[in-house]
Amino acid sequence: MTRRTAILDGNEAAADVAYRLNEVIAIYPITPASPMGEWSDQWQGEARKNIWGAVPKVIEMQSEGGAAGVLHGALQAGALGTTFTASQGLLLMIPNMYKIAGELTSTVIHVAARTVAAHALSIFGDHSDVMAARATGFAMLCSNSVQEAADFALIAQAAALESRIPFLHFFDGFRTSHELNLIFPLSDDDLRALVDETLVRKHRERGLSPDHPVLRGTAQNPDVFFQSREAINPFYRACPTIVQDVMDRFASRTGRAYKLFGYVGAPDADRIIVMMGSGTGPVEETIERLRSRGEKVGLLKVRLFRPFAPSSLLAALPKTATAVAVLDRTKEPGSIAEPLYLDVVAALNESPSARPRVIGGRFGLSSKEFTPAMAKSVFDELKKTAPKNHFTVGIVDDVTHTSLEYDRDFSTEDPQTVRAVFYGLGSDGTVGANKNSIKIIGKRTDNYAQGYFVYDSKKAGSVTVSHLRFGPRPIRSSYLISKASFVACHQFQFLERMDVLASAEPGATFLLNAPLPPTEVWNHLPEPVQQHIINKRLKFYVIDAYKVARETGMAGRINTVMQTCFFAISGVLPREEAIEAIKDAVRDTYGKRGDAVVEKNFAAVDQTLAHLHSVNVPQQASSGMRVLPPVPQRAPSFVLNVLGPIIAGQGDSLPVSAMPIDGTFPTGTSKWEKRNITQQIPVWDEELCIQCGKCVLVCPHAVIRAKVFDSSELRAAPSTFKSAKPRWRELENLRYTLQVSPEDCTGCRLCVEVCPAKSKSEAKHKAINMEPQEPLREAESANWNFFTSLPDLDRERLSPSHVKDVQLLAPLFEFSGACAGCGETPYIKLLTQLFGDRLLIANATGCSSIYGGNLPTTPYTANHHGRGPAWSNSLFEDNAEFGLGMRLAVDKQADYARILVARQASILGETLVSGLLTSDQSTEADIAAQRERVAELKRKLSSQDSSEVRDLLAVADSLVRKSVWLVGGDGWAYDIGAGGLDHVLGSGAKVNVLVLDTEVYSNTGGQMSKATPRAAVAKFATGGKQTAKKDLALEAISYGSVYVARVAMGGNDTHTVKAFLEAEAYDGPSLIIAYSHCIAHGYDLAFGMEQQRAAVLSGYWPLLRYNPVLRAEGRNPFQLDSRAPSIPLRKYLYQEARYSMLARNNAEEAVRLLELAQGDVDLRWKVYSNHALGNETPVVSQPETVTSAQHAHQDGDAT
Amino acid sequence: MIDITTTYMGLPLRSPIVASASPLCDSLENIRRFEESGVGAVVLPSLFEEQLELESHATHSDLSRGAESFAESLNYFPNLQNYNLGPDAYLELIRKARVSVSIPVIASLNGISVGGWTHHAKLMEQAGASALELNIYDVVSDAHHRGSKIEEDYCELVRQVKACVRIPVAVKISPFFTAIANMAKQLDDAGADALVLFNRFYQPDIDIDSLEIVPSLTLSQSQELPLRLHWVAILHGLVRANLAVTGGVHSGRNVLKAMMAGAHVAMMTSAFFQSGIRHANVVLHEMSQWMEEHEYDSIQQMRGSMSRRSVPNPSAFDRANYIRVLSSYTLNPRRAAAKAAPGSARTE
Repeated sequence: MTRRTAILDGNEAAADVAYRLNEVIAIYPITPASPMGEWSDQWQGEARKNIWGAVPKVIEMQSEGGAAGVLHGALQAGALGTTFTASQGLLLMIPNMYKIAGELTSTVIHVAARTVAAHALSIFGDHSDVMAARATGFAMLCSNSVQEAADFALIAQAAALESRIPFLHFFDGFRTSHELNLIFPLSDDDLRALVDETLVRKHRERGLSPDHPVLRGTAQNPDVFFQSREAINPFYRACPTIVQDVMDRFASRTGRAYKLFGYVGAPDADRIIVMMGSGTGPVEETIERLRSRGEKVGLLKVRLFRPFAPSSLLAALPKTATAVAVLDRTKEPGSIAEPLYLDVVAALNESPSARPRVIGGRFGLSSKEFTPAMAKSVFDELKKTAPKNHFTVGIVDDVTHTSLEYDRDFSTEDPQTVRAVFYGLGSDGTVGANKNSIKIIGKRTDNYAQGYFVYDSKKAGSVTVSHLRFGPRPIRSSYLISKASFVACHQFQFLERMDVLASAEPGATFLLNAPLPPTEVWNHLPEPVQQHIINKRLKFYVIDAYKVARETGMAGRINTVMQTCFFAISGVLPREEAIEAIKDAVRDTYGKRGDAVVEKNFAAVDQTLAHLHSVNVPQQASSGMRVLPPVPQRAPSFVLNVLGPIIAGQGDSLPVSAMPIDGTFPTGTSKWEKRNITQQIPVWDEELCIQCGKCVLVCPHAVIRAKVFDSSELRAAPSTFKSAKPRWRELENLRYTLQVSPEDCTGCRLCVEVCPAKSKSEAKHKAINMEPQEPLREAESANWNFFTSLPDLDRERLSPSHVKDVQLLAPLFEFSGACAGCGETPYIKLLTQLFGDRLLIANATGCSSIYGGNLPTTPYTANHHGRGPAWSNSLFEDNAEFGLGMRLAVDKQADYARILVARQASILGETLVSGLLTSDQSTEADIAAQRERVAELKRKLSSQDSSEVRDLLAVADSLVRKSVWLVGGDGWAYDIGAGGLDHVLGSGAKVNVLVLDTEVYSNTGGQMSKATPRAAVAKFATGGKQTAKKDLALEAISYGSVYVARVAMGGNDTHTVKAFLEAEAYDGPSLIIAYSHCIAHGYDLAFGMEQQRAAVLSGYWPLLRYNPVLRAEGRNPFQLDSRAPSIPLRKYLYQEARYSMLARNNAEEAVRLLELAQGDVDLRWKVYSNHALGNETPVVSQPETVTSAQHAHQDGDAT
Repeated sequence: MIDITTTYMGLPLRSPIVASASPLCDSLENIRRFEESGVGAVVLPSLFEEQLELESHATHSDLSRGAESFAESLNYFPNLQNYNLGPDAYLELIRKARVSVSIPVIASLNGISVGGWTHHAKLMEQAGASALELNIYDVVSDAHHRGSKIEEDYCELVRQVKACVRIPVAVKISPFFTAIANMAKQLDDAGADALVLFNRFYQPDIDIDSLEIVPSLTLSQSQELPLRLHWVAILHGLVRANLAVTGGVHSGRNVLKAMMAGAHVAMMTSAFFQSGIRHANVVLHEMSQWMEEHEYDSIQQMRGSMSRRSVPNPSAFDRANYIRVLSSYTLNPRRAAAKAAPGSARTE
């Protein structure tokens, strides 16, 4: 019987089964498991039914802990429930997992296994999270491939119902969760055949019901707890057999046979690898290759890890085995070895028969590549008389020498498999097109297909590399392509920065998108590229894809053009059929975006082939062009030797000794990574500029800076360096310069949009205008370097409450990896300008921790005194507590320093002691004076030597006031960290909280939070958010002792700056809720500030400050700082896709929600106005109805 | 009993008031209220072909922005099943409106390509529109485009649409033609069943503080009516097509003027925005009362009674009228007093 196939990734494969087998699905976003929740939410929105004909209820919770709680409750009340998670999320579920297992409750949690954060966070895959949950009592079933992710989702569910033991079904994060592969999906009938209805009914009957009441969850005492705990043993003993039975039933239905320990390889193997997860694919390939050479090797794939079944293991292990290597994808520091190894050793130890030698090793942490070459090195190691135990493979450990050597040239790639690598930009659509190509090939040919995609750690100008395999045999190669038969470079500029042809095998095809005709392209290639092409005899094709895209109205989207080229050259399909298939795919992908988009893509397909040319390759390389180094030679050695290779994509080659031992990294390194990602940069017109500083304030990447300096400095200036007379009183005799860093700019255009100075003769010309970067790059880089060498103006001469003056304060946050036009980073930059040299930041996980702390380089930097923000990220959920801890530490050290200062009064002198102990450090001048006192203290104590003096010197810097800021997004502040934040605000401690409110979980792709406004579409709010946004400001105000501000830089920048200063000055907790426009809002972020303004004008985002200090002065602490709404809410909302897409999808619902949202605004305005009038009891009334006429006026052709 | 019924492009209407194309006609609820308030027909808001295209592109860019770039966020929006980016929602409105009310429902279309006009016209007819109104709204800023060519294109467009639908077709034009009468005649010859005079456009304004162009569209005033009356009065009898006045109709007296000038219907929107849909009742009442007081039997009786061909002195509609207005203005005592201010006359 021919069965249907599908191209899915592991997440969709697992979710597709889980959704159909459950009734209650509790979700929370976490990479890489989020898509399982997103699929479920989408299917719920489409009213897709489970196998019992009902639509499951999908509910997003405030954390994984919350999701586990809901799951536990749903199960206890008799529903079939599930959840999806990974990493820290799984750890948050552990308390409930013990309960669920202890109560013998049937459920399956599906996990895209991910690294648990230790010295650093990592979103990538290994088994450290799963291993952390192995003591909970959950059974653990591991899928090694996308097909298995579907199959085991079913097997786990069936076995959980039969065994009553809950299952954790897991597969490797990213490598399996995000790998596209051709699979045979399971039908509803397959699901029904495996899931026994009687067992489902029994599960329901065990649910709590007042109709047959029981009590579960007692507290027990020393007398019986132990015995009760042992009462579950029979269930665990029975479980492996049940799983195997289910697997056998599954096999008889589907033909896919699985064993608890699946063996592949020589029946008489002497050397065996035992492992679980996606790494089994390359080991299998290696075994085939080695067996063809006569070697006797095999692989034992662990499927059921818990309950561990020694007898099954022993039965599966060939009796001929003499040496076994157990590979763990996790690390347990301090343990004898990792868990799977220990289990295997224990199993063999308990066996009466002769035992093979067993060694253990670690591989693949955080998605580190695991290749056949590495697998071979393990088999080679097993040949040795004294093989290395507790080894690592895949890295170079030059510190404790655990690593195995491996032959990098060993490859098991199948020559019949097309192996294609594509280099593209996130914004050019390459990945999307490749995903379509895989689906086309999977659907239209008999080939198997696989796709895996590698993304950037930066959000702006991000590079993507797609790895595609197609061939007649199933593809198990769960590793990147290092021998490509086809390489496509979709961006010409990549050639000077990365070695795109390194993976090309001899005779491969090279497709290049170049803005040059075929006759000229050769002379513009760097020499290493020419050498690759000649030496490897590559077939070289070129197309000017941007030209085709432009001519067909596709703007920067070259995906369809390049996809057409790929099919035309690769011959995977006949050309005519390929073109038809591409058009089908275009229709499928873009059809619902309207005919115009489809038509333009068709036009691009039709015009491509006429522009695709084969290039005649000369015999000799002729170019003098070299590949640019990742960082300049003058960079500090750590940057040059460690960060440089990471930037160049060669981080895999760095040895253990190159790494900091505790995750501590230097700051100020982003300035060395010149990314040149924009075609256009802002250029200053010094004649027109009014020096307001708005562009400097909004620049998300700190690439526009201003300085005022002595005119004598200009003597050394480059010839094109511009300056103007400063427009400040008392600074007229100096010079002012606004300088752009051309190589760091992302081209977002926020600066141009915010610039208020327009030419009186030509309104489109402003004081800052976008111009092509390339012709300006060299001169402006020189100008930038000169500019950065200029001294900063003395801070004491400036008034930090004026935006105009703020521009002259050096930012200590620069060139982050945030999205172009990011709405969060301007606030962080401002924070560092105001308090950066005495700033500690506790940063919740999220966008701000990623652009703030993702390698290779860090945007936080230091001033010319070497002082700057000290930054750390603990977790997502605990950031308020983490920051409070910092505050307590800083305060205790200062207390201790004060005690010691008093004790050393005789040496320090009365004046200095009194100054040190009494300065309130409320102004920049005070702080500078205190710094000078501390310096004097150090000078005076330098000649002293006693234990106390040494202590005082160690803590003396704490006498300068520190500013502790708790920074994070709305996911943290409104949801997962709300409890902690509330507690910290209630503690009265002097911490400052900055909430970068983008109103969704931005970093994980736009899921709804409690900050999401009513009527906005978000993931998990597909039909538009039904409830109003939580008013975090009012919550905090209710304490009466918390400084609270609601700011929007684009609404009123002076207000924002004032709020930051007041919050920091307030002697108690402060909370700033900052409106942050975001790519997840769905519009061109160049207009971010304009939208912020509209948010304020519409009353959606009233500006306010609540300052408890004012109460002491007899004034109303509640200050409403924006005017009554002057535009209808819709004027603001419908500029953003998050709202307009609902109007496009479901107009009636959009109208309904808009009216409610307008009501929210009206009500809030009433409440706020009432507060502002000093009324203690807010007026709460029903929102007024807004007539459509009020909102519709001035639209259309009103006659 | 006073007969206020009329016909428009062959459609019998119970009153000469038509709700013109505006967002007010975008909901079934409002369309029903219009019917209850006595209007003779409704024109649905214009379907802009260009807007369909822009929306399609905007949706595409919104969904593509930032997608497939970063491992944690491969996209930023849920995958909705469909977006009403084509004419489907509009066609659905036609369908629903037709079964919900008994008055004619006229669909309005603004195309950008001949193919687009005819394609959508056919769809509207299939959806059940009682008639079509082609809204010729075009800002020709290209100095190389000749007026005569554009006029020819308009006529060709009308011919093509007429050739592909059976329902009546009205053409809504602007007053900005060198020879309006000739243009009207050409459109008449091309087959237009009615001419709607005149379109009102968004008119960009200049904000001198922000140095920005701000789109503006103010609600119409009764002062705009005379221009329409003028041309209806001239065209009445010159063209076979029915005439509709739109722009500046706010009261019963305004409607009566339009009828007397020669219009078959008078279209209104701004007054509805200002006074609500029930304002139609007021207008009808005012009309009927006036007709009763002045002993008119029907609208038919008065139609064209004050058209250029029916008035004793047709030159009142020609240049002479302009001269008379100017001279009467010059003779105005206040104007005479202000004469001292040099150059001010040119600003009027």
